[in-house]
Amino acid sequence: MENRAAGKTVIEARNISKEFSGNYALTDVSLKIYPGKVNAIVGENGAGKSTLMKILSGVYTGYQGEVVYNGRTVTFSGTAEAQESGIAIIHQELNLVQNMTVAENIFLGREPLTRLGFTDYGRMHEITRELTQRLHLDVDPATPVFQLRTGQQQLVEIARALHLESSILIMDEPTSSLSENESELLFMIIRKLKEKGVAIIYISHKIEELLHIADNFTALRDGRVTGSMDIGEDIVSDDIIRMMVGRDIISRDKDVRATDSKELLKVTDLVFRNPKLKPPYLVNNVSFSLNRGEILGVSGLMGAGRSEMLEALFGLHSDYVSGNIFVEGKPVNINSVQDAIRAGMALVPEDRQLQGLIMAMNVAGNTTLVSPEKITSAGFINRKKEMQLCRRFRDKLNIRLSSFDQPVDTLSGGNQQKVLIAKWLACGPKILLLDEPTRGVDIGAKQEIYNIIDELALGGMGIIMVSSELPEILSMSDRILVFSASQLTATLKRDEADEEKIMKAATVNLK
Amino acid sequence: MDIKTLKVNLLKFQSIIALLIMVIILSLLTDRFLTTENSWNIMRQISVNLIVSVGMTLVILTAGIDLSVGSVLALCGAITAGLLKFGAGFADANIYIGFTLFGAITGGILAGSLLGWFNGLVITRFRVPPFVATLAMLTIARGLTMLWTGGFPITGFEGNMAFIGTGWLLGIPMPVWIAAAVVAGAVVLTKKKPLGRHIYAVGGNEKAAALSGLNVRRIKIIVYTIAGALAAVGGIIVTSRLDSAQPNAGMGLELDSIAAVVIGGTSLSGGKGSIMGTVQGALIIGVLNNGLVLLNVSPFWQQVVKGVVILLAVVIEKFNSRSE
Repeated sequence: MENRAAGKTVIEARNISKEFSGNYALTDVSLKIYPGKVNAIVGENGAGKSTLMKILSGVYTGYQGEVVYNGRTVTFSGTAEAQESGIAIIHQELNLVQNMTVAENIFLGREPLTRLGFTDYGRMHEITRELTQRLHLDVDPATPVFQLRTGQQQLVEIARALHLESSILIMDEPTSSLSENESELLFMIIRKLKEKGVAIIYISHKIEELLHIADNFTALRDGRVTGSMDIGEDIVSDDIIRMMVGRDIISRDKDVRATDSKELLKVTDLVFRNPKLKPPYLVNNVSFSLNRGEILGVSGLMGAGRSEMLEALFGLHSDYVSGNIFVEGKPVNINSVQDAIRAGMALVPEDRQLQGLIMAMNVAGNTTLVSPEKITSAGFINRKKEMQLCRRFRDKLNIRLSSFDQPVDTLSGGNQQKVLIAKWLACGPKILLLDEPTRGVDIGAKQEIYNIIDELALGGMGIIMVSSELPEILSMSDRILVFSASQLTATLKRDEADEEKIMKAATVNLK
Repeated sequence: MDIKTLKVNLLKFQSIIALLIMVIILSLLTDRFLTTENSWNIMRQISVNLIVSVGMTLVILTAGIDLSVGSVLALCGAITAGLLKFGAGFADANIYIGFTLFGAITGGILAGSLLGWFNGLVITRFRVPPFVATLAMLTIARGLTMLWTGGFPITGFEGNMAFIGTGWLLGIPMPVWIAAAVVAGAVVLTKKKPLGRHIYAVGGNEKAAALSGLNVRRIKIIVYTIAGALAAVGGIIVTSRLDSAQPNAGMGLELDSIAAVVIGGTSLSGGKGSIMGTVQGALIIGVLNNGLVLLNVSPFWQQVVKGVVILLAVVIEKFNSRSE
């Protein structure tokens, strides 16, 4: 590896290998991390980034090779010791105790005590308020975490890491559930931390963001280092992508696709009253339509009511939802998920681990979960039919797996997402509702998912896609709905939409 | 076969291996263990626990628990006994209904299903945690048993009642036939019916199951109903074997049953496990009980040993699933 001008490293991984039941997740990986820099690690899902971070932060204690911290070889006995030595990690999966408050989560295990030895809630709340203000997170320290949206929870997690005042801060896809504004704020904080000499290890799939914030790059692929470079004028996103995936990404053509003009779905006056009463509506009087073969993008900030709109359509929360829904011109009554499925809808939810898949169940079970009638003969599961159905969707979606009997939690994020999509395609929907279909999947799989969505639309399916990534919305959608504060604030055609217009509509009615 | 696949296979068959080791040790320690007679003895002894544990497995697969099985067993055994011996009479209306053996058994099983269904209803409709709902049923059903029997055993039946618990068919004890049929039915349900998949799905991720259009409520009510019905079957066998319905039958059975499920590798957090695992768990407990009795170990020590075995089984299980 070339000699960097940056000077001394704060932590180094030397020739690290890590094996999981016969498979090497990391092979001979070396990595240098410099203080006062944003050290970016890039790579597809399953490339070994998270494994490497777990070794640096003491989660995994058994590995080959050595970790050198401040010039000395160290072996952490666990996360507690790593944390004490100044290494904090913000995990990709949220690690918060849902029933505890924001303050309790931030101070978990390090609660300040009063002189009498009781928890000092006053100080806890005071410091929490300072931390959340730094992050522009407008929540009361006494709010239980489960009441917060994913993006807000992510900020709580970041606040917890900030409070540790570590010398090394590992961020594993910190912006994956943040809005653009929240991300900007995070970058500001990262810059301040850099000035203080904190070494940031930054993992992300978002290339634009990395070009914006990273000082140097290390790319991993299949558990090996495939390249590293300091950021400079001549590095463009394509270089990074090539290091990550070892191939060039074909950008999507921007042609306006001719969509069938036949109306597939019409929604009028959709209202979703908030069970928690404040704000009064989660979806406020929304009307729109969807044609056959159309991809309808839904944009907006976190909490604007996009996911709620999909859930309302899909028959969840039917006690709080009103409005008229027409499928192919006929009014349908949707009071349950079963009703929605019968009406030809399918919903691929935002969080595949919590809402989408049965993680401990095998691929076959997950794939066929919604379509029992397709795999049974006289009420009994027919293994041959089941395998046929699984094989069909494995080939169609190019799912990479070793066996259909493999539990889904052993697949990479991208392949899990494909299984989730397969599960819903298997029941033959006419209308596909996608909520953040490419969240937390790597660039290669992302491209594949785009192709799948395109193909489905070409086949006549109507698709509603909620996404927080503007480039994704702009390149995929035929029309774009923009939500702000529970209302539909703009409907843009593909050729008239740009980032500026969307952001304007997404913030138009915010106080 | 390299060491790795050997290890994987060892893990897969750990319960069977544990069972074999127990059998070998016991047969070395006492002559009375490895005999045909004692083997049937063990099988007959475990059949009631096994039948009840099959229902418990289904409940635990949905991440629930049923503490009421012991009391439901007692009540349904008593109901069958009462119907058979005295029939149902309404003195005021001058109505008397006599029951055949088949009718009395049907009545007992229906009662068990009803109690289980009620458990499920309370858990799903009123969102009472399964632990609490079935704990309440444990007391309620025991109280009803006392009311039904007046606190005294119902003893002495005519006809073929005794055959169910003590009879032999084709050289195999009847309770073993019944247990085998229950196990076979449950294996088919869990492996071959979509409902079985749905039971695993509800326990594995209830939110995802609901979002997939599964009727989570209905699935839960079904498993508790099955658990109640199977407890009733157990009650009828016990009553038949003793020729008597004891008001305090099945006391503490819920613990033996949960132990069989857990030793069999089913996760208390739901979504993972199998009926065949529970069969092995019930066998391990049965062999252990039987062996300790044959070795003249004091009943007090028996309980200690049983507890340690349960702990060991779960610790080994956790250790293995981590190393995977």
